[in-house]
This record gives sequence, C-alpha cells and structure tokens, in this order.
Amino acid sequence: MDRRYAEEKIFRSLTFASTVVIFLTLAFILATVIAKGISYMNLAMITQTPKGGYYLGKEGGVLNAILGSLYLAGGATFLAILVSLPVVLYINIYSKKESKIAAFTRFSFDVLWGVPSIVYGAFGFTIMLFFGLRTSLLGGIITVSLLILPIMSRAIDEVVRMVPTELLDASYALGATKLETALKIVTRQALPGIMTAVLVAFGRGIGDAASVIFTAGFTDSIPYSLFRPAATLPLAIFFQLGTPLPEVQGRAYASALILTSIILIISVVSRALTGRFTRHVVK
Amino acid sequence: MQRIRLLKDRIARKLMLSLTIFSGLIVFIMAFGLYQRSRPILAIKPLNELLFSTSWQPSSGKFGFFPFIMGTLWVTGVAIFIAVPLCLFTTIYLSEYSGARLCKWTNPLIDLLAGIPSVVYGMCGVLVIVPLIKDHIAPFFGTFSSGYSVLAGGVILAVMIFPIIIHVSSEVFRSVPAELREASLALGATKWQTVKHVVIRKAMPGVIAAIVLGLSRAFGETMAVLMVAGNVAKVPSSVLDPAYPLPALIANNYGEMLSVPLYDSALLLASLVLLMVVLSFNIISRIILIRVERNIR
Repeated sequence: MDRRYAEEKIFRSLTFASTVVIFLTLAFILATVIAKGISYMNLAMITQTPKGGYYLGKEGGVLNAILGSLYLAGGATFLAILVSLPVVLYINIYSKKESKIAAFTRFSFDVLWGVPSIVYGAFGFTIMLFFGLRTSLLGGIITVSLLILPIMSRAIDEVVRMVPTELLDASYALGATKLETALKIVTRQALPGIMTAVLVAFGRGIGDAASVIFTAGFTDSIPYSLFRPAATLPLAIFFQLGTPLPEVQGRAYASALILTSIILIISVVSRALTGRFTRHVVK
Repeated sequence: MQRIRLLKDRIARKLMLSLTIFSGLIVFIMAFGLYQRSRPILAIKPLNELLFSTSWQPSSGKFGFFPFIMGTLWVTGVAIFIAVPLCLFTTIYLSEYSGARLCKWTNPLIDLLAGIPSVVYGMCGVLVIVPLIKDHIAPFFGTFSSGYSVLAGGVILAVMIFPIIIHVSSEVFRSVPAELREASLALGATKWQTVKHVVIRKAMPGVIAAIVLGLSRAFGETMAVLMVAGNVAKVPSSVLDPAYPLPALIANNYGEMLSVPLYDSALLLASLVLLMVVLSFNIISRIILIRVERNIR
C-alpha cells in the first residue's frame, strides 16, 4: 500500500518539476533576450539604416531590416489570404462536409505544415531560377507565402468549421447563393478567428530566416521595389552575430529584442482580438 | 439579376476549386521542382555513393552527404532524448494533475514558445549554452570542446520542439474518455497508476505521432542549429564534437553554390532528401492521428 503512494508522490513531483523546467526555459529565453538587448538598444537602431562601416562598429541602425521584414511578411500574408480563404470556404461550403477533396486538402496542409523552411527556401530558389528572377523582395514574398499558407489555412479552417450549420441553412432558405453565404455570413461569423489566424501567420512569416536566405537576399538600403533584394530582421541578427566585433554583436542582441517584441505584440494583439470584432457574430 | 448572381456563384466555385486543387498539389510541385534541379548530379553519381560517401569536396566534384546526414541524426537524437521525457511529464501534469485553470495560462505560453523565431533561439544558444558547454561541461568530462557541438544543437532543438510535442500529446490525452479514468480510480488505483496503466496505454499511438512530429521538426530546423552546431564536415563521434547537419549545409552555401559546377544540384538534392524524410515522417504521424481521432468518435 505504501509503495503505491510513494510512487504516486514521486511521479507527481516529477511531472510537476518537468512543467516548471519547461516554463522556466521560456522565461529564461525571454529574460536573456531582453537583458542582452536592452543595453544595446538606442533610437538609432530603429530610425537609421546602416551607414558606411556599420559592420565595423560605425553608426547606423537596422531600419532597412525592420521595414524589409514588415514588407515581406505583409506581402506574404496578403498573398496567403488570397489563396487560403477561398480554399477554406470551398472545402467547408461548396464541397460536402466529409468529401474526399476536403479531407485530402486538410491532410496536405497538415503535411505541408511540417516541411522545413529551408526546403521552402530551396524550392523558392528553383522557382526563381525557372522564371529568371534574382534575389528580390518578390521572391521572398512568394516563398514566405507558401510557407505560411498551411498555417493560415488550417487555423482559418478550424474556425470556419465551427460555424453552425443552422446559420448556413437559414441563409440558403432566404435564397442566398453559396457565394453570398460564404462571403456575407461565414466570413463575418468567423471574423475574429480569421484575424487571429492571419496574425499568427504574419508572426511566423516575420520570424523565418531559412526561407528568405536564398530568395530575398540582403541589402543595406530600404527596399523600394519588388524586384530589388530586401533585408530581413532574422538575417540581420544572423549576420551581425557572425561578425567578430563586440559592438556589432551587441546590435544583433538589440535586433533580436526588436524582433521578439514584434512577435510578443502580435501574440498579445491576437489574444485580445478573440473577444473583438464580434459585432456581426451570431451567438 | 438572378442570372448574374448564379453566374457569380458558378465562377467563384470554379475559381475556388482550382485554388484548392493547386494548394493540394503544392507538395508534389515542390518535390518535382527539386527533383528536376537535382537530376544533373543524379545522372552522373549513383544515389548510394552520394548518401554514403564521407568525402565532401565540392570543388573537385566529390559530394558525399554522409557526414551531414550523421550530423543531423546526432543532433536530432540528442534533442529527442532531452525533449521526450520532459514533454511527456509536462503533458501528464497539465492534463491529469493540474486543473483546467492552469491550462488557460499555460496554453498561450506554449504558443508563445512556438512563435519565437529560430534565430532568437540560436542567439540564446550562442550566448548561454555554448559557453556553458565550453567552460563547465567539457572540462567536467576532462575533454576540450569549443562549445559549438552536437550537444548545443540538441539542447536548442529540444527547446524548439517542446511546443509541438506538448500541444499534440495534450490533445491526444484530452481525447481519452473520462469514463476510463473514472473506472480505474473507482477500482482503487492511484492517479499515477491510472495514468500509467490506462491513459498512457490508450494514448500511446497518438503520443508516438506527437514525438514523430517533433522529430521531423528537429530534422529540418535550420538557423538555430547552424548557429550552434559548429559546422565541421566530419561524422561526430561524441556529443561534444561539432556536427554539420544537412539543413545547415544548404543554408550556409547559398552564396557559392552557383559558381561551382554541380554544387547547386547537390544542395537541391539535399533539400529533396530532407523533404522526402520529413514528408514520410509527417504522413505517418498524421495518419496515426486521424485514426486516433476516428476511434474516439
């Protein structure tokens, strides 16, 4: 009898300890990024582009990478919405609930979700070779949109699936076509969830480095054209950390703080959104 | 009016269907595109030699992936070894011992952990784990290590795959019917006995699927590993040796690959190999998860 309770106690504390370890790791990572980054953070970091000799410790900032990342992730998110929303609406409204095409599409998104970003990068690179594109903002946008497509689609699918059938039936009964039902009823009903999905995908897109290394390239100036290379924050961190100079490495810490802050803001906003935009939602 | 509405509906249907078909085919297009690009090297070298030769000298036309494949396996192995017990215990605690209240707090935090960019993980590895290994762990075992090693890569990867393993296995645990637990508790079993004999047994296939998903994530992770694993093209013989995983190889050589003949072909073949391995892992675990889901309904 006692052995059972001893075992119970041991394993209970083991599971508790593991939980603590995992959450302490998260806290530790955030603390490291903030503590290291804050001492190198200054206004120039976010308002200036790298000046001559930046990588030797001279003045400048990473505005080029901040804007490049925002453009790139923004463009990719936009492209991904254009594909994922119609696909999700199709498999939920046009095709039958348990149809083969719906199951196949979900399955292929799940599988795509697991494909490493470096493979997307390599694939994006082959597409660019095929079309004769050089490393450019456009190439980056296309590659990252492929990368976030499965994440966004599956997240939107989860919320669109939850839209009650009665709501659809009511719309059809009033004589609406499927398209009208999809656009005017379903997207409104699922709007908060769709917003969250879009933000999550944006966050994933802005943080990814391996897929843009081949496709978007890097440059010290602010991107002004789709056909020019664009800098991105993750690559800026990677390159600055790779230099031997402590000042430049310090800037990598500051850049990491900027990137992590963007991710934190996105995650807080997407949590806050869950309760908003419900004006059109039928409960 | 009526006709226009119906026409719009029909056009939208066709458009949406073609987008759906397109997105279902992306996987195949990817595999085909990479295969096309890697054909030049496959035409002159047998796949066996490419995968199992240890000599890597692109400038003299020798492309042996074996050191990189072993590097990936070592790093992934260490990551799984660290992550699996921690994640399983955490999942058990969160879904069996703690109430739903705690999960409300922990779920967003796990999502946050999943959202941190891999470069940031890599940076933390360079700042914390690499010096730790160099100054404390390697001297403790009486050897020297620069810190950039299989162990550093494995630890960082383990942290990176925590979220997916915890997330998927939590869902599997949640799908185990409460009646089973109640029956076991009613027979006088302790909570741990219930977990050990009832819940884990029932959840086993799903938990394996979760681990395989974590494994494939670790297999393809690039930037963080590139930053801490050391990148020496040699088969590692201990966890304190440097390793050069396959994804790091691809990312590291994007600059020079177009100037050496067959180099780009070799790297895209490496991507294809990566894609195939990860795809098969993913397909297997997704099929298991679908089965698990179906059993419950």
